[in-house]
Amino acid sequence: MNQKNIIVIGNGMVGYKFCERLSNKDTKQQFKIITFCEERRPAYDRVRLSAYFEGKTAEDLSMASIDWYKERNIDLYLEDKIISIDRVNKTVTSIKGKTLSFDKIVMATGSSPFVPPVPGIDKAGVFVYRTIEDLEEIIAYAKKCKTCVVIGGGLLGLEAAKAAQELGLKTEVVEFAPRLMPRQVDDAGGEMLKRLIETQGMTVNLNKNTKNIVGDASVTAMEFNDDSVINTDMIIISAGIRPRDDLARASGITVGTRGGVLVNSSLKTSDDNIYAIGECVVYGDMIYGLVAPGFIMADAVVEQLTGNSAATFTGADMSTKLKLMGTDVASFGDIEPQDKSCQDLVLNNPYTGVYKKLLISADGNTLLGGVLVGDASEYGSLLQIYQNKMQLPADPMSLILPRNDDAESGIGIGDLPDTAHICSCENVTKGDVLDAIKNQDCDSVSAVKSYTKAGTGCGGCVPMLTDLYQYKMAEDGIEVSNALCEHFDLSREEMYQVVRATGINTFADLIAQHGKGTGCEICKPTAGSIFASVFNEPILNHASLQDSNDAFLANIQQDGTYSVIPGIPGGEITPDMLMVIAQVGKDFDLYTKITGGQRIDLLGARLDQLPAIWKILINAGFKSGHAYGKSLRTVKSCVGSTWCRYGVQDSTSLAIELEIRYRGLRSPHKIKGAVSGCTRECAEAQCKDFGVIATEKGWNLYVCGNGGIKPRHADLLASDIDKDTVIKYIDRFLMYYIKTADRLQRTANWMMKLPGGLDHLKAVVIDDSLAINSELEAQMQHVVDTYECEWTNTLNDPEKLKRFKHFINSDDQDETVQFTREREQIRPLQHSGKALK
Amino acid sequence: MNTEWINVGAVVNFAKDLGCCVKVNGRQIAVFNLSENNQWYAVQNLCPHDKRMVLSRGIIGDKEGEPKVTCPLHKNSFSLKNGKHVSEGDVDDITTYPIKVKDGDVFLQVVV
Repeated sequence: MNQKNIIVIGNGMVGYKFCERLSNKDTKQQFKIITFCEERRPAYDRVRLSAYFEGKTAEDLSMASIDWYKERNIDLYLEDKIISIDRVNKTVTSIKGKTLSFDKIVMATGSSPFVPPVPGIDKAGVFVYRTIEDLEEIIAYAKKCKTCVVIGGGLLGLEAAKAAQELGLKTEVVEFAPRLMPRQVDDAGGEMLKRLIETQGMTVNLNKNTKNIVGDASVTAMEFNDDSVINTDMIIISAGIRPRDDLARASGITVGTRGGVLVNSSLKTSDDNIYAIGECVVYGDMIYGLVAPGFIMADAVVEQLTGNSAATFTGADMSTKLKLMGTDVASFGDIEPQDKSCQDLVLNNPYTGVYKKLLISADGNTLLGGVLVGDASEYGSLLQIYQNKMQLPADPMSLILPRNDDAESGIGIGDLPDTAHICSCENVTKGDVLDAIKNQDCDSVSAVKSYTKAGTGCGGCVPMLTDLYQYKMAEDGIEVSNALCEHFDLSREEMYQVVRATGINTFADLIAQHGKGTGCEICKPTAGSIFASVFNEPILNHASLQDSNDAFLANIQQDGTYSVIPGIPGGEITPDMLMVIAQVGKDFDLYTKITGGQRIDLLGARLDQLPAIWKILINAGFKSGHAYGKSLRTVKSCVGSTWCRYGVQDSTSLAIELEIRYRGLRSPHKIKGAVSGCTRECAEAQCKDFGVIATEKGWNLYVCGNGGIKPRHADLLASDIDKDTVIKYIDRFLMYYIKTADRLQRTANWMMKLPGGLDHLKAVVIDDSLAINSELEAQMQHVVDTYECEWTNTLNDPEKLKRFKHFINSDDQDETVQFTREREQIRPLQHSGKALK
Repeated sequence: MNTEWINVGAVVNFAKDLGCCVKVNGRQIAVFNLSENNQWYAVQNLCPHDKRMVLSRGIIGDKEGEPKVTCPLHKNSFSLKNGKHVSEGDVDDITTYPIKVKDGDVFLQVVV
């Protein structure tokens, strides 16, 4: 086959996007794509680089795996780069000596951090912030540092500052300009942003020009033009970018007067066969240092190569919305008035930390631009109004005023034209989304996302995508309901609130006053769980509400027998207690197995055997392990500093204390915890609902991790806190989860759907932003104070024990339960009916 | 075909809104005592999906007003009135048995 060689120089986000788009579009396989990547890894998501500090791995950030390139027959050269282009003979040569011929070249060489020429800038301890390798070096060096200064108060600088703070460094930001993020916000917005950032313990220095970097081999201080000095152990430079045009220059391709590969609206360089896209490009005197315009450029070149010669790039919108240290910042269009006739509307509320400005044409009809700091929830709709030049409402202030739930906002998503861009990263319009719902059977937001790819880039458009989906559903008369089931219009959260507010404590009252019918397998266990969370009575007081396992305080197995799991807090157990379990296993001929939660499972117990088994266990001092419940399961531990030569804290004692504190706590789904005695993390705390890891200074608290179906790395909620604070935060976190989660929703899933995510959770749990912490703590204390072993309670209640018989009218056993033996233990005999299925 | 009403015990033995299993001529039958209108129902104890004797341990409720039991193993639901499988999936229906209460005792009608 006579394919044309397309050489993509640079495999960053834009280079990757070009490969993806061209390989999608090139159905006739006219092109052979060859791409060079100077880094160790293929393209990754540089926009979310700081997520690397929050525990995301390089794989998490990766745009596509190496296999992806193979599947598409794209030749990917890693750790290699093109160093010369022979435009006459149409070949390129790489630093590793590879020479390839080309038909077309796409330069996507990106940019490099601008390092100001300050004396001493080459000392050890001065870093840039651009690649995963830079981050790894920063993390390694930070271990011996206490303080850090970030040069640059722009978008990336603030990201870097946040990262430094997460590494435990006392961090200061130094900005040359008189305000933060000078490109994205105006003076007043910058002032608000500075205040919001400073409340998080970071110092911001404006109007500061670095004169000298002090230190012998490594940095110790910085001197400024105003003769001030800041002592610091390390410096991260993020003072802007410079397009990487060295290859273009060396190849005789025209570059801009201030750098950057010069292109025309076809994205062609001065050589017709060489295109350039992304941050290395200068077009119309502009460098586009955002990813969305780079993607649009990639698209335009793909269109041209595949036959649409009319496709051009004529500049791109530099509107942006981001979250910096928990603070929304967004801007679009003009951020300052361009002439006197235009009017500005400002909302500046220092009490809530919100600043919003809209620039409006003199006639009041058109939105020209705006700045949002502290709350950018209206960004999506404002951007649409701006981009589509939509008619403004009579009072445009209504667009940015805090919205009452019952007040309609000025312009709804229904008013947008079909051409309106919903996702600028992936270039998806409203019409594309509606088409996906209507013609492609996309019946959920995630289906729309996977079909259209909208929302898969920066993710900023997901709220709008969700709105659009719900709007379309409502328009089609399809109700998206969060009602529990046919018996209750309430969601689980609403049912919880009803129970808390009214004190209703029977299902009969609850369904009579707030539902209809007699209930079902959805609402009854939900109500039973809520009653238990709120009032903490033994669950068999509401036996008819309990589902499979809870109904008999044991885990039902596939053959209808049960498993017995005694509680072993922290996994610590004496030989004597082990012998009790062993004896029960022998006497009742149960299958025994060690669980993943550091306990022992005894399987194959018949319903009628459960009370006798538990009587022995409880007399020996065991308590229910709640292995059957949507409740706390275990708090796993390592041996910690007591035994381990690496341990820095006593993890076993804390695990035992936490397990005893929360045992019996009923929740929307099961809860697992763990405590590790050092950073080696042997207890695997970062995949638990709550996980505690010892540090030299105290404990790090992680939340919302999960193993299971969809593993999720836990989020760091707080660092270096003492034990009392650990308990206080877990109390609040768990009760907030219990209060707001959906039924059968693990904390990991809850977090992913929690509006505001981790920042919101931190605000609630740490800063008490909802002013509910005293209530949450009191509720938890009630549960702790009223703890009762469910099995002890049952054994003391003849009424409850009545149900632990297979036949109500006979003492016979269920003869259909039969076992065979395997590896010297029992196992269920497969029923013939099951074998057939 | 001869049928017979068999006494399976006193009403007080059957907890409200819960299931119980009785043994009748070697057969396992699940009995449900619903507080709603004081209705009684009897169905086979065997769940036809996985062939286990567990339906008496299921949770009870209604689907659009029709009383049902949900199997504790895989959440298949069956009408208590007529034994029809009423949840999703392809599962057989179950057998129901006539049931009555007389002089404080519960009786089931079975083929003898």
